[in-house]
Amino acid sequence: MSLEESRSLRVVVYEGEGSAPLEAQARYDTMAALLQEGYSVTRTDGRQAVSPDDRTSLLVMGRFGSDGPPTFEGADEARAVSVMEIGDRDPESITELVRGRRDEIDGFDHGAWKPWFPVIDYDRCTNCMQCLSFCLFGVYGVDGENRLQVQNNDSCKTNCPACSRVCPEAAIMFPKYRSGPINGDRVSSTDLKREKMKIDISSLLGGDVYQMLRDRSEKAKSRFSKERNPDKALNERKKCLTKLAQSGDIPDEVLMSLPAPDEIQRRAEEAAAKADKARAAAMGNAD
Amino acid sequence: MANKTRILFCNCTYAQVVPKSTKEGVLRKLCESEAAFDAVADLCEMSARRDPALQRFAQAGPLKIAACFPRAVKWLFAAGRAPLNRQWTEVVNMRTESVDAAAGALATEAVTSNLPDDHKPPMAGSENRTEA
Ligand code: SF4
Ligand code: SF4
Repeated sequence: MSLEESRSLRVVVYEGEGSAPLEAQARYDTMAALLQEGYSVTRTDGRQAVSPDDRTSLLVMGRFGSDGPPTFEGADEARAVSVMEIGDRDPESITELVRGRRDEIDGFDHGAWKPWFPVIDYDRCTNCMQCLSFCLFGVYGVDGENRLQVQNNDSCKTNCPACSRVCPEAAIMFPKYRSGPINGDRVSSTDLKREKMKIDISSLLGGDVYQMLRDRSEKAKSRFSKERNPDKALNERKKCLTKLAQSGDIPDEVLMSLPAPDEIQRRAEEAAAKADKARAAAMGNAD
Repeated sequence: MANKTRILFCNCTYAQVVPKSTKEGVLRKLCESEAAFDAVADLCEMSARRDPALQRFAQAGPLKIAACFPRAVKWLFAAGRAPLNRQWTEVVNMRTESVDAAAGALATEAVTSNLPDDHKPPMAGSENRTEA
């Protein structure tokens, strides 16, 4: 199942008419436990505004007592609605029940994938396609109007913000990155100057970045074949990649997991061709 | 606590970029108040999945979002196909605000819109291209 096809479950902690409110501590413990497990949770008293009901499957929980839970309508084939009496259950057992419900509706398995992917600031993006031609993992593509688009979020390499370094406009954000402007903080003119200097990772490293990766990878390979001790070889390989990692902020794991040199070359050419085509089409649109 | 203005709290579950003490403190204050609110585990994850639930947050009137940088939140919603309404939306940045300041901002009914202005940059290769 692709990321986009996955189903969600909305948990509602109902504290309105017909139910007894939770104590603040129990409310906090329950909400915190459910959020930690990846669920969306709404706390409602039935009077104040919360986000409206939509087509998301619902699990309504509360302390309904001896009158039993009220009936909530709206279930159909496309979405499930269920009601749960929580009484004095502890957060762990509530979470367990919610997990069971999620499994029944075949809901998304939260936490299996770390949400790390580029987010484009279209107030800044000039559609230059540098990111598209740089990425070896097919994260980028173009939409029907030949505008750059992030298409395969889950192909992005966790903790690797390298493409944001090639963007001359500081338009690529990774909201979970540690510092600005990549984390979404305001872009200052100093940032922009720095980004513009950084853009050319290739010139920073003295040539075509992919050529360098190929060289490094080949050197590492030949060293690896000569080495008897795989740990030592691995350390060597790590060492020779350190410069690139530091310059481009690319995690070692990503560099180590790069495909074989031939494959890097093939993918780089493919990405460059895709970017050229998109650029030409976009310019055609602009005419 | 706010009444017509809705509150959305992001727990940033899959990263440590929002200080733990801040997100726990803000959630605790929300739970201690009488406020009704929506909470999500991780807006980034929802954006990546283009979770249709983002639309119920974005398109139902005044909204305060406790999360991270307004620029990131604006484009996460846009990427999730649920663009936020600039006038209606205030983002409370838990990466930079204290617990008290963030909880105080959520408790105020009035929305201080702070999403970045919309801007159309010149396209690369177009004739009116200027350097930033
Ligand atoms: S490199 Fe930056 S400006 Fe160029 S297309 Fe990519 S996001 Fe847009
Ligand atoms: S929107 Fe910001 S606070 Fe929320 S999950 Fe993403 S990075 Fe974390």
